[in-house]
Amino acid sequence: MILEIRNLHAGIEGTEILKGIDLTVKAGEVHAIMGPNGSGKSTLAGVLAGREEYEVTEGEVLFRGENLLEMSPEERAAAGVFLAFQYPVEIPGVNSAYFLRTGLNSIRKSRGEEELDALDFLKLAREKLKLVQMDEAFLKRSVNEGFSGGEKKRHEIFQMAVLDPVLGILDETDSGLDIDALRIVAAGVNSLRRADNAFLVVTHYQRLLNHIIPDVVHVLLDGRIVQSGGKELALQLEAEGYDRIKQAATV
Amino acid sequence: MDAATKTIEEFAGQEYKYGFVTEVDSDVVPPGLDESVIRLISEKKEEPSWLTQWRLRAYRHWRTMAEPRWPKVHFPKIDYQAISYYAAPKKKSEGPKSLEEVDPEILATYEKLGIPLKEQEVLAGVAVDAVFDSVSVATTFREKLSELGIIFCSFSEAVKEHPDLVREYLGSVVPYTDNFFASLNSAVFSDGSFCYVPKGVQCPMELSTYFRINAANTGQFERTLLIADEGASVSYLEGCTAPMRDENQLHAAVVELVALAGAKIKYSTVQNWYPGDASGRGGIYNFVTKRGACRGEASKISWTQVETGSAITWKYPSCILQGDGSIGEFYSVAVANSRQQADTGTKMIHIGKGTRSTIVSKGISAGYGQNSYRGLVRITPKATGSRNFTQCDSMLLGDKCGAHTFPYIEVQNDSSQVEHEASTSKIGEDQIFYCNQRGISTEDAVSLIVNGFCKEVLAELPMEFAVEAQKLLGISLEGSVG
Repeated sequence: MILEIRNLHAGIEGTEILKGIDLTVKAGEVHAIMGPNGSGKSTLAGVLAGREEYEVTEGEVLFRGENLLEMSPEERAAAGVFLAFQYPVEIPGVNSAYFLRTGLNSIRKSRGEEELDALDFLKLAREKLKLVQMDEAFLKRSVNEGFSGGEKKRHEIFQMAVLDPVLGILDETDSGLDIDALRIVAAGVNSLRRADNAFLVVTHYQRLLNHIIPDVVHVLLDGRIVQSGGKELALQLEAEGYDRIKQAATV
Repeated sequence: MDAATKTIEEFAGQEYKYGFVTEVDSDVVPPGLDESVIRLISEKKEEPSWLTQWRLRAYRHWRTMAEPRWPKVHFPKIDYQAISYYAAPKKKSEGPKSLEEVDPEILATYEKLGIPLKEQEVLAGVAVDAVFDSVSVATTFREKLSELGIIFCSFSEAVKEHPDLVREYLGSVVPYTDNFFASLNSAVFSDGSFCYVPKGVQCPMELSTYFRINAANTGQFERTLLIADEGASVSYLEGCTAPMRDENQLHAAVVELVALAGAKIKYSTVQNWYPGDASGRGGIYNFVTKRGACRGEASKISWTQVETGSAITWKYPSCILQGDGSIGEFYSVAVANSRQQADTGTKMIHIGKGTRSTIVSKGISAGYGQNSYRGLVRITPKATGSRNFTQCDSMLLGDKCGAHTFPYIEVQNDSSQVEHEASTSKIGEDQIFYCNQRGISTEDAVSLIVNGFCKEVLAELPMEFAVEAQKLLGISLEGSVG
């Protein structure tokens, strides 16, 4: 079992956003979390990654059997949780290679693994850049600075490929992508799918799920999962919109 | 907030690792300042009478002056009669100075500071002049440099061995009437470094001076004079540390650079004087006058400074661009953490035609630190076709610190161009979280982000020192973000 969320309540500044989430993700699975704006999708992603501004008021989250909520964000990263940001952050003056190598080596160090020197890292980075069809020149650019929307998202997936997480969380990775970039990003994610890892794909739209085929689709509405099903649920939502489910949920 | 609070608690007590005291027998002049003290210093140094007279003129002028009040720094009144103006480790014997003769305690001190003075251990290609309290205790690689005609020695030796050069250039860039602290220095300066690079010679190694204050209740007043003759080039670095003491100590240095036609001088400083404790007790008052004159055509002077230490920093390394087509540069990183105050910047005085200057200043404020950039760009009527570019960025860590910018721009002709860019940013929680999410701890994230912010300046430092400066930035800011 990779992720077990039980009765998770969380909010920000006293306002409850997640109102009791239950979710179980097994190794080898891809789960999609769909929902309208304001339903709590990004909050869920943020809580799992350890964003400080969210306060967990109830419930528990186990990551491979361990209490995730007690870990600091960097400990979660070291344990194998990766968040692909909806809005990747710019770090002027710090090149992508140095940034990612610092992260990778911190993680390796905490696992008692040997750190990679610049050459070994470059070798690894080159290989992973191909997955998202990015040029090596990206490694020398400041993190996310001056990147187009599509470049930022591909850069996120590239980082995920290098850090090779156990659980990859994609927060609205499809937003702002044209169809070509969407395909590249999806192909990158698909190439990382294995029997011993899992992905949580948070999205508003169904279109990403045409390319990253989920095993389970959950519909998040007002902080609760109101419906779960197979990949066809995503298609149904696309056809009918969220209104039908909203009505069903309020009835 | 929990993690953040923890981080602060862990690192607030972070010790200044250069804060130890060396036990050496010192020859200290009793506190107080009058003409007899100046004569005594001059006598101890066996100076010629012209220099004694110069000191006395400086002293008499100083007595007519008042401390500058315009910097944005606050400190209690300094009692200039309570300071000892001369402290020197006692020599074991007289005679020519060599490393064997230096007190082993002092050699050990420099080794502890990471500056081994034994030549075979010295970083390849770096010659060091070590100044301990008031005197230079060792200069390495002198012979090798002298083969090229380069003079690199302590100021005292230069006075004895090259009096004509010293007499010609001393006070020619920073006159003894220049300002309160420069005048005081002129009266009581005890030692420092001297360097002369002859015509057409490219100095093959980095030259550096390492300043160490050790004795208590003393001031350090050193003077550096560096002359690059026509077509010569030299890269010079200075580093500074001091023990942790509860009282404030005054450091009032003067640095004069002279670049003749076609000469290039690169002067880099990594300043890490003791900054005082978290409550603002102790620390060095770093009141320094640094100025370079680009005397000849197409000469160039470049200042790079990384200022992480001192309770108060008051310094404006400047360039007087006299020669046509001469170039002045100033690259600065200044950190004000805890209760540190920094008022620093530069002056670029354009006199020659087609002169160019570049100013890149990065101020980082944390804790209760106050950081001011103060700069003057003056383009005189004759300096036609001149250009200046100024970029002045401030970064704030936390919400109790301050960043201030005081740019003065005077353009007195129509054909020159001046650009000024400024920005203020805050290290964002989102930046730190992004790093955290990639496995990078908050401490490392701050260091990473700050180093990125300072990149353009750090890139100007010689390689070894850039690495040192990066580490120093990380250490200086540990615990400053939560």
